[in-house]
Amino acid sequence: MLTGFFLKLKAAKIPVSIKEWLTLMEGMHKGVIEPSIDQFYYLARTSLVKDESNYDKFDRAFGEYFKGVETLLGAEADIPLEWLLKQAELNLSPEEKALIESLGGWDKLMEELRKRLAEQKGRHQGGSKMIGTAGTSPFGAYGYNPEGIRIGQERSRNRSAVKVWDQREYANYDSDVELGTRNIKVALRRLRKFAREGAPEELDLDTTIDKTARNAGWLDLHLRPERHNAVKVLLFLDVGGSMDDHVKLAQELFSAAKTEFKHLEYFYFHNCLYDFVWKENRRRHSERTRTLDLMHKYGHDYKLIFVGDATMSPYEILQPGGSIEYHNEEAGAVWLRRMLDVYPKAIWLNPEPEQLWPYRQSIAILREIFAGRMYPTTIDGLERAMRYLSK
Amino acid sequence: MRFKGSPTYVATDDLKLAVNAAITLQRPLLVKGEPGTGKTRLAIEVAESLGLPLLEWHIKSTTKALQGLYEYDAVSRLRDSQLGDPRVHDIANYIVKGMLWQAFTAERPVVLLIDEVDKADIEFPNDLLRELDRMEFYVYETRELVKARHRPIVFITSNNEKELPDAFLRRCFFHYIRFPDKETMEAIVAVHFPGLKKSLLREALEVFFELREVPGLKKKPSTSELLDWLKLLLAEDISPEALRSKDRKTIIPPLHGALLKNEQDVHLFERLVFMARQNR
Repeated sequence: MLTGFFLKLKAAKIPVSIKEWLTLMEGMHKGVIEPSIDQFYYLARTSLVKDESNYDKFDRAFGEYFKGVETLLGAEADIPLEWLLKQAELNLSPEEKALIESLGGWDKLMEELRKRLAEQKGRHQGGSKMIGTAGTSPFGAYGYNPEGIRIGQERSRNRSAVKVWDQREYANYDSDVELGTRNIKVALRRLRKFAREGAPEELDLDTTIDKTARNAGWLDLHLRPERHNAVKVLLFLDVGGSMDDHVKLAQELFSAAKTEFKHLEYFYFHNCLYDFVWKENRRRHSERTRTLDLMHKYGHDYKLIFVGDATMSPYEILQPGGSIEYHNEEAGAVWLRRMLDVYPKAIWLNPEPEQLWPYRQSIAILREIFAGRMYPTTIDGLERAMRYLSK
Repeated sequence: MRFKGSPTYVATDDLKLAVNAAITLQRPLLVKGEPGTGKTRLAIEVAESLGLPLLEWHIKSTTKALQGLYEYDAVSRLRDSQLGDPRVHDIANYIVKGMLWQAFTAERPVVLLIDEVDKADIEFPNDLLRELDRMEFYVYETRELVKARHRPIVFITSNNEKELPDAFLRRCFFHYIRFPDKETMEAIVAVHFPGLKKSLLREALEVFFELREVPGLKKKPSTSELLDWLKLLLAEDISPEALRSKDRKTIIPPLHGALLKNEQDVHLFERLVFMARQNR
């Protein structure tokens, strides 16, 4: 029963398990809800979706699957044509019939309706032509066209749960959306790892008791180092050129990162990493840090995060002398590989939308150098990136 | 047993249903939401309206899962042994019962609140899987199996600081408390201030929701801040007119310190008001 809905959720990439599905069935069996679609929606959500970032996906999947049920027709029909027609007939007043005449008569109107239904593939809202809700087309509900027929308005205007999932109130929590500082912080927090390092100065009570007991009651004190945040990060930010559009995002990422880690060093580069980087953008030509010095200074347990749009000419990565700023003796790719050899935990965050990546040659090259560890700067991308780094 | 909301707590339909599902199917309910939306309050209110005792277990970053079951007080035992106390021979004297143990062995069903589960170590929820699923655990020191006489109604709150493991989530119902809309907020205020003047409430909510819209605030004011602020407004006997203005962006609402708890937020807000005045 309802297995189609389960599969629909799976297809919508919501992580539902069979155990949770059985819980939902058990809930219905034990009569937690009255037989109403609203209550079913709430029960299904509370038992199947365990993260508010999936609420929006769930709403959409639910809306799609139960669209037919809502109109009391077969769940399979994409647009319940018969129902629309029937409802239209019921709603017609003599005045409206006169209006139909002004459009060229009932038959022509229906003909037009059928034509547009065929044109229209999915659910529709707004607009001036398609059939759906809130438009100015002569067909559909909540419309403004004085010559239009009201189709099915009464039924869907009551406060049914359909409204709830149609409103898509949880769209903000969807993890594919872009980041705010807070979201970045939550994602970065995953990287937080506590470890004991440094001088032993905290009394280790458990070990002390254990050792004392083993020592037949003679006190045997034991100390251990304090626990603190042990994640070390080197952040490389691309500045200038094509990154100008993304500067704000890079800044937000940086401000979020600063508060999350005890050891965080950041450096700027332009387009691709070459033999030096710099700390302050204003003095980029006078105060440079040699990349080799970086590798010697910071231990290999540092994690590397590159932020850049990776959009440039492939020469800038692959050719010696390819840099647009000066003559570099070794290609950017050589420097990047060198870095990756020293620091095994390294990723590239790319503010460009993931859909665009396949069309940019330079992105493809960098992805290959990073062995696929390039992530978009969406919540989801950042989560994936941090999961990799904290593994 | 069914939770129907309470006179002192406004629960939306979906929240009530989630609570009832958790009660009927005897599974924990995980509650998430913005700070100040009443996550902790929920357990207290449910316990009260169902007439059940409430056990609260507040989680800190140092809390271990075992502490919820029991603790072996080795230090007292060591001291007693040095003093020659006869109790020392029975290890059971030094087992201190944790919240879960108390909930499991209570005379009648209880409501158990595990507050801010995400504060603890990342392994913490995993260590409680069997305990929450089967409602039983084993005490190694006394070789005893503790089984729940009645399965407690478990509420777990989380502030989203850490992601919880999938295995843990699969065993829970989940509810995300959204920030209340205006209607719900009016109901909530009515519960706390029954005699509040309509005009004052309307103006106050206007100001409150507008303040929440100010971009870049570090901490948006939440329900509890609104309630504190209303209490102050009443205590100072501030009239609704003082909150009203033709161009609301150009006045600073009275006693705004109760709504904005952060110095930078207050500065930001005052700067915005100042700019709005100049542009007028």
